Amino acid sequence: MADHYHENCQALLGSLSEYIDGELPPGLCAEIEKHLEGCENCRVVLNTTKRTIDLVQVPAVEEALPKDVRERLFLRLNLDDFLEQKK
Amino acid sequence: MEEFSLDALRSGDRAEFARLVDTYSTPIYRLGLKMLGNQQDAEDVLQNTFLNALTHLKDFEGRSSISTWLYRIASNEALMSMRRKKNTVNLDDFQPEETDDVPLPEVFVDWSALPEDELLSGESKKAMDAAVSKLPESLLMVFVLRDIEGLSIKETAEILNLTETNVKTRLLRARMFLRERLSTYYRERLAPEERPNG
Repeated sequence: MADHYHENCQALLGSLSEYIDGELPPGLCAEIEKHLEGCENCRVVLNTTKRTIDLVQVPAVEEALPKDVRERLFLRLNLDDFLEQKK
Repeated sequence: MEEFSLDALRSGDRAEFARLVDTYSTPIYRLGLKMLGNQQDAEDVLQNTFLNALTHLKDFEGRSSISTWLYRIASNEALMSMRRKKNTVNLDDFQPEETDDVPLPEVFVDWSALPEDELLSGESKKAMDAAVSKLPESLLMVFVLRDIEGLSIKETAEILNLTETNVKTRLLRARMFLRERLSTYYRERLAPEERPNG
């Protein structure tokens, strides 16, 4: 299966990011979708690439600035009189 | 997008600067965490970015947005810190690459439909962090700005002083690199137990 990677697949790979980001013209999207219908490997690459991007974006929301880091930052910038200010 | 008064910032309005710090400290800290992989280095990047901004605000002409300007300072801080840690200084490291080649995928396991709790488990998160930490520096910068911070191709290009085409190529290479690593990780988890008992 892994060795099944044709010229069309390589062409799709080159446009994959832009396809995922919705930055390709409709004509090219239609060509890609036609290829995807008949190529399981490319469907897998597309699905798993999309999921990879989703996964890195999810934890980003959880990585809020810790309170003590904010306090030290404000102290370092001599802004400690604004520490209580609501964000 | 929050608006800031450049005049107030340039004239030393501390309340306005505090508002700027509160708006951008979370994304800049996150950038440091992703680039350097630990909280202490991320905090250094955060502090140095705003100290630097404070020093140079009077020279900021507003040709780019304030957010692009801050991200640029933060990216430089993170890059310098990475290079100090590696104990090497190679000014060519961040020049556009000659090659546009994207490595071909080799693992074709569709793990995308795994349940969310499996994909977001602590172990999966570790696998993702390990994969991100293996990204080459030039791909990591683009990936963090575009896919983690959610900036546009244009903004990313402006921050890193690259062409948009170059950003797109690096982004694709970064995404493919991570996809391959995660696919290898999930292939092992999804593989049925083939060994006989005992």
